[in-house]
Amino acid sequence: MFKTYFPIALLLILVLGMAFVIVLLSRFLGRRIPSKDKLSTYECGIEPTGDARGRFPVKFFLIAILFIIFDIEIVFLYPWAVVFKKLKVFGLIEMGIFLFILLIGYFYIVKKGALRWE
Amino acid sequence: MSWLTPDINFKIISPELIILIVALLVLILEPLLKGRSKNILPHISWIGVALALVSVITLWNREELGFNQMFILDNFSCFFKIIFLSGTLLVILSSISYLKEEKIFHGEYFSLILFATFGMMLMASSLNLIVIFLGLEIMSLCLYILAGFRRYDLKSNESSMKYFLIGAFASGFLLYGIAMLYGATNSTNLKEILIFTQGFENPLFLFIGLGLILVGLGFKIASFPFHMWVPDVYEGAPTPITAFISSGPKAAGFSALLRILLFAFGSLHIDWSFVLWILAVLTMSFGNVIALSQTNIKRLLAYSSIAHAGYVLVALVAGGDSGISSAMFYLLAYTFMNIGAFIIIIFLGEKKVNLDDYSGLVTKYPILGITLALFMFSLAGFPPTSGFMAKFYVFSSAIKSGYTGLAIIGVLNSFVSVYYYLRVVVIMFMRAPVDEVQKVPIPFFLGLALLFSVWGTLHLGILPQSFLTLAQNSIFSPF
Amino acid sequence: MITLNHYLALASILFCIGIYGVLTRRNAISVLMSIELMFNAANINFIAFSKFITPVFLTGQVFAVFVITIAAAEATVALAIVILIYRHHKEINVDKINFLKW
Repeated sequence: MFKTYFPIALLLILVLGMAFVIVLLSRFLGRRIPSKDKLSTYECGIEPTGDARGRFPVKFFLIAILFIIFDIEIVFLYPWAVVFKKLKVFGLIEMGIFLFILLIGYFYIVKKGALRWE
Repeated sequence: MSWLTPDINFKIISPELIILIVALLVLILEPLLKGRSKNILPHISWIGVALALVSVITLWNREELGFNQMFILDNFSCFFKIIFLSGTLLVILSSISYLKEEKIFHGEYFSLILFATFGMMLMASSLNLIVIFLGLEIMSLCLYILAGFRRYDLKSNESSMKYFLIGAFASGFLLYGIAMLYGATNSTNLKEILIFTQGFENPLFLFIGLGLILVGLGFKIASFPFHMWVPDVYEGAPTPITAFISSGPKAAGFSALLRILLFAFGSLHIDWSFVLWILAVLTMSFGNVIALSQTNIKRLLAYSSIAHAGYVLVALVAGGDSGISSAMFYLLAYTFMNIGAFIIIIFLGEKKVNLDDYSGLVTKYPILGITLALFMFSLAGFPPTSGFMAKFYVFSSAIKSGYTGLAIIGVLNSFVSVYYYLRVVVIMFMRAPVDEVQKVPIPFFLGLALLFSVWGTLHLGILPQSFLTLAQNSIFSPF
Repeated sequence: MITLNHYLALASILFCIGIYGVLTRRNAISVLMSIELMFNAANINFIAFSKFITPVFLTGQVFAVFVITIAAAEATVALAIVILIYRHHKEINVDKINFLKW
């Protein structure tokens, strides 16, 4: 165990040491002229507007909820796909029924206007 | 990897299929229909339930397994399906006028009730813990939404949230218990668990698993240490839904409990009956004692439903053929009398839920007053009503199995309960009416539901033999 | 070598954290997250048992798939209820939503 992991440990030590030395060197050798832009979190890009914890309209929430439902159904498609060839036509029909029931739910959502943004 | 060809048998799941198709149909029609044409939705729903009831009856006296032993059709499941479907029928019929009054007449209501019924039916006729869990969750998720169906009422919202948080917490326990059981017995199939538990050595996992399952199902049937959600949810939920929650899901919880405890763990009866003995005593006593001081009739019936869960637990402790059949008979009788009592509360509306509002009810609505009195007598266990017969069979089965002490505690408890049930009757008959509000005619469908539950209560009380024979014929036999 | 016991220990720790969270957290969303933790603890158990005890049958793994679906359905219902309550109360602290006697 020790033998197999020894090179990795060595590499780890080397890398850490190297990084440490380089950071220290640049700190001692380089000249620092701090300015407002340089000290900001992101030196380039768009200025952040407002707090990241700001509130979103509840519509996003609704879409997210609907997304969870339809997203999770994929879980059933993967095992089905694995044995698809063994199941033959039977599997296709079963999955068709399953998706049809989901489709009824989708139909209901659309008709109720849950996906309308306005 | 082993490969099992699924044996699909549509005949044995025909009641479930009917309910599912009707529920989906209502869900599709809801957004398509506009205005007054929506009035058709409750009628589609109750016709669907009636059809399912007929199809259950045609499947009587058949024993078939299907879907790789996931699904079982036997008289036990048929009997429970009759309980669920008649409860659902009563609730749908009695909620039509209520929903219009409360201005929450939406098709989703009926769709959700049907989906919940579907879940219960799945629970009752499953031999696999996976399907039992799925059925339980289908049922519970619908009920969480239904409890909050009066969207603009804070109490309803709150009851929905409390029901959800506690229900999901309980599901977590149940699930962990099933996982433990699976680890201990290598199977989620109750038959294989049965074979395993008959062996000489039972690992610790098995008992941890069983304990956690008891906790999880204890929440659903509202037995003593896990009952605290009951009064709040019952008070806040719309009254028809309260009636629904107090009958169907409780019976479904008991059907799962009966299958797990008396079928899969039947050979370990000595090990778990002691725990259930304590639970039964505490559940009965707690429910009855707290109910004495209630002034809100929905809360009163909530505590009374806790007490009734205790009586059914007595039958479970007794075990054996008579225990199972008396538990089933009790649940059937309870469905009729409890929903019957709730129908009158539904009619009087969401604002009149204090006991004082019932003073002089009999002079204003003689029929309602007399029927409510009948249901109260039945809940208290007076002859010649179904409540008496049900209690009689439960306690005699306990005595037969040698639990005389438990039976005595049960009888004493019913004496305590007489006080608060009769208080309602006294308030209705002896006091003068408080207000002179316009008398409203009884809606047709609500009256029909009332008639049906009065028939159930009296028939099971006066001529119990036919239904008792049905219950005795529907005991599952260990394979 | 990771054995069955390691998985079981992990699952039971997760389960206990979940219970602790449900009992102590006052925010409805946090309670929901704790409940999900309990579900996932059971899932770990299922998959571990399936892998170590019955590697031929996939009962446990299939059960886990179902549990994941149910957990998602439960989360959606819970979030919908929370939105509903928030619209009325402007508050999702479980302790403060207390119109009914507890």
